[in-house]
Amino acid sequence: MTSNASRDAPQSVPALLARNVARFPDKPAFREKEFGIWQSWTWAETAKEIDAFALGLLTLGANIGDHIAVVGRNRPALYWAMVAAQKVGCIPVPLYQDAAAEEIAYALNHCGARYVVVGDQEQVDKVADVRDGAKALEHVIYLDGRGLRKYDHSHMTSFAELKGKGGDLAEMARRSDALTYDDTAVMLYTSGTTGRPKGVVLSNRNVIETAKHSSEFDRLLPEDEVLAYLPMAWVGDFIFSVGQAMWTGFCVNCPESEHTMLTDLREIGPTYFFAPPRVFEGQLTSVMIRMEDAGRFKKWLFHHFMEVARRVGPAMLDGKPVSFGGRLSYGLGNILVYGPLKNTLGLSRIRIGYTAGEAIGPEIFDFYRALGINLKQLYGQTEATVYITQQPDGEVRSDTVGVPSPGVELKIADSGEVFYRSPGVFVEYYKNPESTASTKDADGWVATGDAGFIEEGTGHLRIIDRAKDVGKMADGALFAPKYVENKLKFYPNILEAVVFGAGRDRCCAFINIDLSAVGNWAERNNIAYSSYQELSQHPRVLEMIDGHVAEVNASVAEDEMLAGCQIHRFLVLHKELDADDGEMTRTRKVRRAVVGEKFDDLVNALYGDTAEIYTETEVTYEDGRKGKITATLSIRDAKIAPAMKVAAE
Amino acid sequence: MKDMLTPYVTEDGRQIGEVLMDMHNITLRFGGVEAIKDISFNIQEGEIRAIIGPNGAGKSSMLNVISGFYNPQEGEVWFRGAKRPPMKPYQVARLGIARTFQNIALFEGMSVLDNVMTGRLNHMDASLFSQALWRGRAEREETENREAVEKVIDFLEIQAIRKTPVGRLPYGLKKRVELARALAAEPKLLLLDEPMAGMNVEEKEDMSRFILDVNDEFGTTIALIEHDMGVVMDLSDRVIVMDYGRKIGDGTPDEVRNNQEVIDAYLGVSHD
Repeated sequence: MTSNASRDAPQSVPALLARNVARFPDKPAFREKEFGIWQSWTWAETAKEIDAFALGLLTLGANIGDHIAVVGRNRPALYWAMVAAQKVGCIPVPLYQDAAAEEIAYALNHCGARYVVVGDQEQVDKVADVRDGAKALEHVIYLDGRGLRKYDHSHMTSFAELKGKGGDLAEMARRSDALTYDDTAVMLYTSGTTGRPKGVVLSNRNVIETAKHSSEFDRLLPEDEVLAYLPMAWVGDFIFSVGQAMWTGFCVNCPESEHTMLTDLREIGPTYFFAPPRVFEGQLTSVMIRMEDAGRFKKWLFHHFMEVARRVGPAMLDGKPVSFGGRLSYGLGNILVYGPLKNTLGLSRIRIGYTAGEAIGPEIFDFYRALGINLKQLYGQTEATVYITQQPDGEVRSDTVGVPSPGVELKIADSGEVFYRSPGVFVEYYKNPESTASTKDADGWVATGDAGFIEEGTGHLRIIDRAKDVGKMADGALFAPKYVENKLKFYPNILEAVVFGAGRDRCCAFINIDLSAVGNWAERNNIAYSSYQELSQHPRVLEMIDGHVAEVNASVAEDEMLAGCQIHRFLVLHKELDADDGEMTRTRKVRRAVVGEKFDDLVNALYGDTAEIYTETEVTYEDGRKGKITATLSIRDAKIAPAMKVAAE
Repeated sequence: MKDMLTPYVTEDGRQIGEVLMDMHNITLRFGGVEAIKDISFNIQEGEIRAIIGPNGAGKSSMLNVISGFYNPQEGEVWFRGAKRPPMKPYQVARLGIARTFQNIALFEGMSVLDNVMTGRLNHMDASLFSQALWRGRAEREETENREAVEKVIDFLEIQAIRKTPVGRLPYGLKKRVELARALAAEPKLLLLDEPMAGMNVEEKEDMSRFILDVNDEFGTTIALIEHDMGVVMDLSDRVIVMDYGRKIGDGTPDEVRNNQEVIDAYLGVSHD
């Protein structure tokens, strides 16, 4: 048996807890802001709380292998409930608190949860709604009893009451001692965009090995502070707030409520922080809007020093040489702008920040790095216990997701799909051997569903697109439309882009201009126009877009594998793609097939050799009436950059 | 009308106690105008008691009599088994009666926290001297009061706006802050003057929830004026209906709903 842990290393999450109690009993383990004050619990106190709750579960009759669902916002007691469940041999199953009732019903029924631990009345009501569907459900344990006085308490107990019950200490010790490295630590339901959610079973081995490797990778310390605000049902939160917190012994801070997160962030000033791109985007936007309202001097100061920061900040962060003048300006900027700004954002103390989940715009990414915030990207998924690749300090770029995390092996299939194998690879999908088998092969390789490639020279993984969107061009070269479209959309003038090319000899594109950005530009340049359509076909607009496309082509050409995706011809559409016309989904994702079919005359023209095309398009007005617009669109040939060969060849 | 004067238990299991406030034959005149004509009613402990009626019926005047802002020319006000002599509003407040206003009356420039803290005024006994020096009793009291205020803030879920100046808040939230200030006084009787006025459906639902929770959690007796019939009928245990200064109905929501005089007052009646 190849166990990665030495014999006396903790074999389960409760064992890690015991180790932490012995190591630093008086160090804060959890904090929660309540009644306006940060209440804290040391590791010793945390262990006591967890034991009391675990004993309570025994008095309720919890058996080994029972599933215990946990629903609620991030609160220490709910984290304790998860560890307590494991301590008596049960399996914690955190669920999304904002999930619809039927989703919760499905999960409760699927795992056969006998107990549910919830935060407050809202979740009690939600569980009560689905009680009929969840056959195995016996008892609800709630944290905040407000509004529950009148409820029937025959199958409900408060957290406090359960903790006070005492219980069979010997039985608890027997069960927690019996936990092995391969017992389940947690089960997480993947949100799943298609089909039913799947219950991903993660073992102690998955959680502890991952926590250990990732903590070592980023040199996490017991003195670190994190803010636990992302959904508890998400694998990332389990690894950050339970796995890594237990492994390194750092302190997990829970916000007062969902709405106070930014204030609490400022008060705690975490040193290790994780946020999806939208959080960073939101913060940046609010900074920019507030700067617009600032006085002229402040505005100048801000823009001047942000320019300095963009120039030298990232280099200084990576420890690269920077001129003395640059350092001096940056130092001054730090006193006048960056320091106060970071303080306002609550990011002053960050040593390691991560973003993941979706592509982050390079300018957003660079803004934070320029300020001296060590923001990095990682790529992962539930089935991998988060980590597949991550960026080491000093090798951070906005266009890669980093090198394989410690212990992770990567391979790229012929189709371009990324596969990985690691100690974090999940045990199975609960009660779903078919899906398990189709995702994880006999050798332990797991398909990510994403297409990507490993950059030569640096060894960084680059994700191109969802594997199902990636195709082949006529000559067999890789076709990744979203990769190119994202590059185009990073230009403020371009609102949408649709790239065609699957099965063809070259790529062509439709482009939608952004009316507010281009309109603004037209105004400043004295370009008169009367309609979107007229503006979209203005020669100078086309020229500008031409420039953008050429730049994108040049950047695409830098990737040897994707050089074939350069845009040869493009046209600027005379109307905005619209959900009302079925061209986009309501969440503003382009329906590639619909667009291709609807504008097939334009697509054909792109692949022909005419310089102009007359077209009629049916449009739906906001009040539902239909109309027809006609236009003559010019088709432009874009500048193609020569594909770069890797220098080493 | 059912005899409500004895303690009883409501359908949803709340204990309603003895009479807390008893109004005997109240008449209130402004010059020649009789705003309230010979009205008697009582409020029992733990109850949610609504006063409804068309515009100008005298509802707010009645609330002002309860709160001591107006002293009726005739009639007696009994509170907790004792006859209440004419009093100033601050003296009534000390008795344990707190209120919110139809038109929000908060300190716009002060933070939510400070506004709610003012609700604790009657719980501060330290001398001016000791408060100026911030020693002993003053410091202790401030801590205790802050604790009480924080519980209210938590209860009404306004943590996120704790430090926000009230002037910057939207209307619905200001109403909630006003409720918070009244609650901070830990009143025996809470008077709410049109707590849902000007709110959208969602805000109304939230406010209803809070009113019920306050009553349920702290056992606070509540008297409220409200125009939204749906809200009144859902929330209250007993309803008084007023019209032109007179009491035309008094009883459970169902009783009141079926009272012919009430229907006439609300829907109008043809004079033939």
